Amino acid sequence: MTRIPGVARMLTVTWWLQLKMLSASAFNGILQFVWPLFFATTAFLVYRQNGDPAALVYAGLGSAVMGLWSAIATTASGALQRERWHGTLELLVAAPTPFALVLVPITVAMTTIGVYSMGATLLWGWLLFGIVVPVASPVLFVLSLVVSVLAVAMFGFLLSVSVIRYRTAWALGNMLEYPGWLLCGFLVPVTLFPTWVTWISWALPPTWGMEAARQSSAGESPWLALALCVVLGLAYASVATLLSGAVLRSARRHATLALT
Amino acid sequence: MTSLRIFFIGGLISFRALFNWLSPWIYVPSLLIAPVFQVLLFAYLGRSAGVGSDAFYLVGNAVQYAAIPCVFAMANTIAGERQTQTLGIVLATPAPRLPLFLGRSLPVVVNGWLVSLFTLVVGSLILGVTIPWSSWGPLAVTLAVGAASCTGLGLVAAAIGLRVRETAVLGNIVFGVLLLFSGANVAVSALPPWMAAVSPWLPLSHTIAAAREIVAGASLGDVGGLLLREAGVGLLYAAVGLVAIRLLEASSRRTASLERL
Repeated sequence: MTRIPGVARMLTVTWWLQLKMLSASAFNGILQFVWPLFFATTAFLVYRQNGDPAALVYAGLGSAVMGLWSAIATTASGALQRERWHGTLELLVAAPTPFALVLVPITVAMTTIGVYSMGATLLWGWLLFGIVVPVASPVLFVLSLVVSVLAVAMFGFLLSVSVIRYRTAWALGNMLEYPGWLLCGFLVPVTLFPTWVTWISWALPPTWGMEAARQSSAGESPWLALALCVVLGLAYASVATLLSGAVLRSARRHATLALT
Repeated sequence: MTSLRIFFIGGLISFRALFNWLSPWIYVPSLLIAPVFQVLLFAYLGRSAGVGSDAFYLVGNAVQYAAIPCVFAMANTIAGERQTQTLGIVLATPAPRLPLFLGRSLPVVVNGWLVSLFTLVVGSLILGVTIPWSSWGPLAVTLAVGAASCTGLGLVAAAIGLRVRETAVLGNIVFGVLLLFSGANVAVSALPPWMAAVSPWLPLSHTIAAAREIVAGASLGDVGGLLLREAGVGLLYAAVGLVAIRLLEASSRRTASLERL
């Protein structure tokens, strides 16, 4: 009976602690906040030239959600490496709490930083470009964003354990930033891509989160997109959990846990 | 002779020692794959908005991405000395400062040029943009001028890096400013007037304009004026950077803050 409140407490405390640590870092706290603004402004300036206000709204909403991806791509890929450098990876592995459960709030904290960026981009678009994103169904819109945050965090969870053997994983994370922005339909409709690329887009949870946010904003039903986002998020989390177990077993067997 | 040795050999050794991005595990994803995706992102953005051509975004982003190797590497190869606690040793030597710091910029320029050229070649193949064979020679010269000019700005970033800790944040912000102001994705004529007024005073804006003209069929002579202005902007930043490094060195000695992290 005490297990569920204990886990909930661990998730909350870890999320809050990580959020405070990330917020205090200039790279994660300030740059993740400012960085998407450069790209959002460029997108606004490009879309503004075609004279269609609807295109600007499209860019306004997409640029805002784009910050979630930015927040996860670089930081999640280097999450375990960072714990190694801090000398805390062994402690996390040795803790009685399952390792996968420790990683989840860390990546959720990273996407929470993306929520700051999302708010800043919406405000930036409104103040400088007069972009007002209409929200026809506020409750569903907020629900879409919350589901997107959690689904992107699950992607980050998978990313963090997938690249554990890659010493300079942050570089891989940097590399993933543009493909994510492109493939998830933040700034460009995925229908513009060749069919085989569209399949990759559909396999990424943020694509459906973005779709749900656009549909709820336009007053359409986002339930299918939301369901797909949740299912994909859970699938990524399941694969990440299995992978983290395998990676840990391998690291223990080869005594490579603390190697940097 | 000593100055030449410091310039060429010292510069190359410092670049190899302090710019750890030369590891293929960092170089390939950060400096070869990422710029190609930046080109694709903006080319598709342009297609979606119905603004500009693929060639416009290809040239703009291939040139602009030189900012990453030029600014980051320049900051690393000078300000990185502080991180590795070797700045005091370097500054205690009797080596003349001009070849000491300027020599470190030559490999940076070559690297920035290579990154731009690679992005242009691969981007043109992926997007199907045809660049005439006769344009590649003038383009190579133009990209070299752009990389050199951007390295001038890198020297300023390196000087700032002698005083501030977060050179990575600084480098990213410089990159973002160039993305917005250089005309890489929005023609300078389509920028708000105050941004268009700032644009010619930043590196890469003239290079981007010149490269676009060359891709459209202009010769090197036709864009000579643009390249001269780009070189002038680069020299201005390099001079400011070198003076700032000298001033910060003197100030660091006075305040004993040379290797404070």
